[in-house]
Amino acid sequence: MLRVSNLSVSYAKIPVISGFDLALGADEILMLVGPTGCGKTTILQALAGLVPIASGEIRLGEWCATPANRVAPEKRNVGMVFQDFALFPHLSVEQNIGFRLKDTTQVERWLSLLGLEALRRAKPATLSGGQKQRVALARTLAHEPAFVLLDEPLSNLDAALKDSLRWEIRQALKAAGVPAIWVTHDQQEALSVGDRVGILNHGRLEQLDTPENCFSRPASRFVARFLGEAGFLPGEQQPGGWVTTSLGEAQCRPIDGASGALDVLVRPDDLVLSRAGFGDGDDDISGNGRISWVRYEGGSRLFAVKLDDGAELAVRAGHEVHGEPGDRVQLALDSGEPLAAFSRDG
Amino acid sequence: MTRLPVSYLLTIPVALLALAPVFVLFEMAGDAVGLFDAHNLQVITNTLLLMFLTALGAALIGVPLALLTAYVRLPLHRLWLVLLAAPLAIPSYIGAFTLYAAVGPGGEIENLFGLRTPRIDGLFGTALIMALYTYPFVMLTTRASLCSLDASLVNAARTLGMSLPLSLLRVVLPRVVTAIAAGSLLAALYALSDFGTPAIMGLDTFTRMIYVEYNAFGLSQAAMLSLQLMTVVLLVLFLESRVAGTAERPGRRLSLWPGRGQVLLMLLAVLPVILLAIVLPLLVFTLWLVRDGAGDFDFSYAWNSTYASLLAAGVAVVVAVPVAHAAISGRCGRLMERLTYLGFGVPGIVMGTALVYVGLKLPFLYQTLALLVLAYVMRFLPLAVGSIRSSAEGLDGSLVRAARVLGASPGEAFRRVTLPLTLRGMLAGAALVFLEAMRELPATLMLGPTGFETLATYLWRVYEAGYFGRAAIPGLLLVLMSALGLALMLSGERRAEFDVREEASH
Repeated sequence: MLRVSNLSVSYAKIPVISGFDLALGADEILMLVGPTGCGKTTILQALAGLVPIASGEIRLGEWCATPANRVAPEKRNVGMVFQDFALFPHLSVEQNIGFRLKDTTQVERWLSLLGLEALRRAKPATLSGGQKQRVALARTLAHEPAFVLLDEPLSNLDAALKDSLRWEIRQALKAAGVPAIWVTHDQQEALSVGDRVGILNHGRLEQLDTPENCFSRPASRFVARFLGEAGFLPGEQQPGGWVTTSLGEAQCRPIDGASGALDVLVRPDDLVLSRAGFGDGDDDISGNGRISWVRYEGGSRLFAVKLDDGAELAVRAGHEVHGEPGDRVQLALDSGEPLAAFSRDG
Repeated sequence: MTRLPVSYLLTIPVALLALAPVFVLFEMAGDAVGLFDAHNLQVITNTLLLMFLTALGAALIGVPLALLTAYVRLPLHRLWLVLLAAPLAIPSYIGAFTLYAAVGPGGEIENLFGLRTPRIDGLFGTALIMALYTYPFVMLTTRASLCSLDASLVNAARTLGMSLPLSLLRVVLPRVVTAIAAGSLLAALYALSDFGTPAIMGLDTFTRMIYVEYNAFGLSQAAMLSLQLMTVVLLVLFLESRVAGTAERPGRRLSLWPGRGQVLLMLLAVLPVILLAIVLPLLVFTLWLVRDGAGDFDFSYAWNSTYASLLAAGVAVVVAVPVAHAAISGRCGRLMERLTYLGFGVPGIVMGTALVYVGLKLPFLYQTLALLVLAYVMRFLPLAVGSIRSSAEGLDGSLVRAARVLGASPGEAFRRVTLPLTLRGMLAGAALVFLEAMRELPATLMLGPTGFETLATYLWRVYEAGYFGRAAIPGLLLVLMSALGLALMLSGERRAEFDVREEASH
């Protein structure tokens, strides 16, 4: 089991990562997600031993790396999948996969599991992006690492390919039965593939939890905004886990012991939108807000609505619902579960 | 386009002039006694061995240093890079002279410390000195190539369980082989054409034998040897043109993070190179200065050096401007520019031999400063052309077109747009020619008018006469010149880095 405690990394005395803790289960896939420059790639490099660490320790089985006791990358039994695939250009697919292997059973296994048999003699330069990524993955898994690090493995690929390949990679990792840390900046990828998600910001872990919890019970406003469209609706806390807002009452779940004046996290799917009365004239006072913009998404439409009391919320409605900026509409809360609520001044 | 560019008209005579030395040598060699003799064979063997050993030594020193400076974050990184590149700027005859004077029986080390050291001379000594002063060629070409390689292949190999040394050997070095080859060939070329080092170390190479023949009034024999040497030079130049790199997509540079102790060990390993190539000459010259004072050194020597070199720099730039512009404007011009590069490959001693003959045939040139300046210009013109061309290439053609559309004639557009924008390249080119000419030894020895003593020739005469102590001031001045040249080169490099960064940020 991989255990990381109090890990810090600095470049030229500037801290990039600080106080990072982690314990990884036997075949768990952990998604590390965060905006550009949050230090997620640095964490991977530190775990692989490619950059020195400033404090803390990384422990796996028989080795334990600390600032004083550096363990070389080749001694860590780590597998790494790179953003640009890093296939050896002079070696064939087969030779790449079996780079350091004498026994070819693993090579054969992964060639067939990832459907690469027909390409075994091909050189990397002749492969498509998706094929290259499969070869890179096969190479990593065939060497039977104790844990796998994936550094934005899909960022160099077409959007159409990403969806299918991310699932394929997950299946392969599960088949190999190794724990993995997968770095991405795509929150969809993070939520859909991982067993757990870690959200990083400025080199600190903001939250580490299951995808569901991260999404519906974000530990901070940053996490709430980063994982999806998020609006905040002012409200007052009431006894019994209720909150009153300008859109009515709702069950809430205060985060970090928030109380009193709250900001309730409202996602587009927690709201329903209906057209207000007749006539769109300025004198029409029905409804509780005005559309500020509309985005057509194919199967649905995303409306941004400016409420009369000032808050702006996004709401998703069916594609058959029409509306133009300036139209008056009625918004109502409709959530199946309690809404996360943050302290107003936090 | 039917009209020939103006620059072509001016370039054609320059290109023809660049070819002239070869024809002159053929003419001279016509009445040579014999093509080959036993000693000649020995000279060829020595020269080839020296060339091979120099290239090998330069690669053995240069490649590890390239890895070190490219991938390891050393403390005072910039300083180490400058120090390690510095030997390139120092003429190797200075190193040969001081090493010769320092070691061996009766050398300065024995005089000072009573320490007996073996004499270093002959093939080994020459190759050692040559490698010490040419390894920066390999280091710089290899380093540039290493810096452009993407790190992830090495990281992939390491995470797959390959050790760092093995990864460097198997994954990195194969991708920079062409850069190593290019640098080694430059070192080989230097070894072929240098005169001072084998002469001081007592190794019979072509350059030394040519000088011996010249002094024995065997001009036709010298020409014959020169032609043989030129054949080898052309062979190396040909090899160099065949070295073609496979372009790789540049990526994030590899960074290694050795521990404090390891860094210290690496720097200790680097120290002997810096000690031998830079510190030893400085110490020996300083020692002589303290012990013997200025001797009969006359500052007119320094002035003579400066004067002749300034003239050469000025003429070279004037000639280089049309050549550089011809090179940009078309294929034919490019070919002519290549021809002028021939001069750079012609060893100084060969150029000297050819021009001595020209002086004998054209009495108005005989023993004149003009002939010496001509030799400098023909040899170092490519330096000026290269730096002017690169600054002119950066010039957007639309600027000149804009001037033309605004009503300027081609001449006016050149004077008011092109010229001011390429001034920097011209100054840099002039400075490079100036510094090279200051250090040039063999052509100056052969072509300098009677009584015209320069720093380099004075240093040589002092060596020949055995009054080593008197070499202190000219030696230190030459090292100072070298330092200036290095500063100039590095400021150019920094500018280039800056340009790249600017482009990347767009």
